[in-house]
Amino acid sequence: MKKTPALLILALAILLAAKPLPAQDGVSRSHAWTTATVKGEGQPRGYVQYQNYCSMCHGEGGGKPGTLALQAKYKGAVPALLEKRTDLTPQLIKTYVRNGISVMPIFRKTEISDADLDAICAYLTRNNKQ
Amino acid sequence: MRVPPGVNASDFAAAIQQLEDAVGKEWVFTSDEDVALYRDAYSPFMGEPEERLASAAVAPETVEQVQSVVRIANQYKIPIYPVSTGKNLGYGGSAPVLSGSVVLDLKRMNRIIEVNERNAYALVEPGVSYFDLYRYIQEKGLKLWVDVPDPGWGSPVGNSLDRGGGYLMPQYRNHFDSHCGMEVVLANGEIMRTGMGALPNSETWQEYKSGFGPWVDGMFSQSNFGVVTKMGFWLMPEPDSYLSGTVIVPRHDDLIPLVRILNYLENTRVSNGMPDLASPLLGIPMLSEFAARFDQGTTPFDRPQDPELAQRIAKSGGLASPDLDEYAVRKGIGYWSAKLSFYGAAKANAANWAFAKEKYAEIPGVKFEEGENYKLPLTPQQREKVHKPQFGIPSLAMFSIGARSAMNPAPSNGHMWFSPIIPRTGEAIFEANKVFAAAAGEFGLPFLNFNLPSCYWERAFIFIFAFPVTRDVETNKKNRVAFQKLIQVAAEHGWGEYRTPPAFQDAIMNTYSYNNHSLLRFHETVKDAVDPNGILSAGRYGIWPKHIRETKS
Repeated sequence: MKKTPALLILALAILLAAKPLPAQDGVSRSHAWTTATVKGEGQPRGYVQYQNYCSMCHGEGGGKPGTLALQAKYKGAVPALLEKRTDLTPQLIKTYVRNGISVMPIFRKTEISDADLDAICAYLTRNNKQ
Repeated sequence: MRVPPGVNASDFAAAIQQLEDAVGKEWVFTSDEDVALYRDAYSPFMGEPEERLASAAVAPETVEQVQSVVRIANQYKIPIYPVSTGKNLGYGGSAPVLSGSVVLDLKRMNRIIEVNERNAYALVEPGVSYFDLYRYIQEKGLKLWVDVPDPGWGSPVGNSLDRGGGYLMPQYRNHFDSHCGMEVVLANGEIMRTGMGALPNSETWQEYKSGFGPWVDGMFSQSNFGVVTKMGFWLMPEPDSYLSGTVIVPRHDDLIPLVRILNYLENTRVSNGMPDLASPLLGIPMLSEFAARFDQGTTPFDRPQDPELAQRIAKSGGLASPDLDEYAVRKGIGYWSAKLSFYGAAKANAANWAFAKEKYAEIPGVKFEEGENYKLPLTPQQREKVHKPQFGIPSLAMFSIGARSAMNPAPSNGHMWFSPIIPRTGEAIFEANKVFAAAAGEFGLPFLNFNLPSCYWERAFIFIFAFPVTRDVETNKKNRVAFQKLIQVAAEHGWGEYRTPPAFQDAIMNTYSYNNHSLLRFHETVKDAVDPNGILSAGRYGIWPKHIRETKS
């Protein structure tokens, strides 16, 4: 999750104040203060946040309830994988993310900020015909 | 803008201003559109006046900001309702129990403070999700597993405080039991650390649970006595190998020795993963098969039956009959099965499975099936095949229960679980089925031919009865009435629920009534002492602050 410079400074201050942990490489590894979401360096923000917040239900492979539900709904008329769709609109994506649908819950702004949601919309509509 | 109960609009406006000063304007949510995001997506009151709604939300990023929020709430007597990641779906989500409360959204406190590989523990903030912690451990290549719930949404802090569970060895499976040390912001804004954390410069906060003197950690779970801002967890070192094997027994009454021996094996740590009961005869799959069933386009509740069997069941008028036993034996279909899981050294797993077979040999006609046998870590191909939570991998596959599928073209809008704790015996499983099948008939609820426990605490079963949540007010009303009745039926049989959505917390707390509700009265005494203004999570798990208790009575 992107932090503002002020927050980075705060996090750094806390890190410096923390008691240093004994370094015993190969035996003990301890790690301090981080956000642990997918970073996807070099990837667009929308892709990264999609992996962090959507792909566990709407991704590829087995055990993905969102993908299974869309397969059952559209029966192949449109791809069950959202990342392969070319007909989604930002408005539609935002409606589902902010209102939920079926067992998909509502996502709050502390989870997916408006800016991240815009980025996810840009990612999912990247292949739309203009 | 909605105003909290008992607070006047000008005080609330002043408080909001101060909250904005404390955490930043962009992290105080007051518009209808933003506050609506805190609705419980699985609320059984959706669209009814009783739906629990927030008045506002505030999202601090640091413990100091949490302290400020609590102090402001105290100054203006504003009810606040902390949530960790707000994904306690089916148990209230991110909505408060008391309408008009300000949700204290801790999602932004998402730091993994420490993961120690050598001594296998983590210290995290409430906004860290299971996926966050799992990815972090993977990224660093640490040989540690996190015991995840199923579905694996939510956070270690939130799930353990609500006393959720997982699948790994017994000492990790109960998520609250596997925690070690807390940091809590009390209602007066003070920070307290529990266990060894109370010792300044402690070197063992995440390694020795109880510290010195009374061990108070339990008071912050399923309660409203403080805001937990950090929590330690014991993690499971990655085992050398995983082995599973299935024990299959032929007759109805064999469930009793099947469970009795299972308990012995698990309590002596011969087997050490979550056991998995099923009924090949009745078509009840193992929990570990659910995700694969969804992927195959069917559901775990789709139980096609041989016409001869259906006829015999109808004729027997029940599931316990020599006629059914004869059918099961003749067809070679086990009546019941139990999958045992073994985490450990490959040779030890094999020896433990062999010993389990010796113990089960006392059941006439018992058969055994060899299962999975993996050297860990799993290969990417194996990862795709397995039931992920049994390998400490978070997955949302279980959300397919209720989601749209070929078998379920009209999906629900969520679910809630009626989940009483019953003894870990075969007799109790039979008795619970008898009692709840009769109750379901009486209250017009669907009940499958037989329900097996879906979760296994170390010494008890959770018997789960699923209720869909819909957008139809009448259906939801009917289900709520039935849920309330089941609470009473369970209590009459000595079974109490382990966890429940806010809609039923008062009713269930009311069944824990020994000696004129002495336990609840103790909770209330504590509540009044530690939170005299009653600002924290009013009503959570049936504990109400004094000023609201007085109004209610």
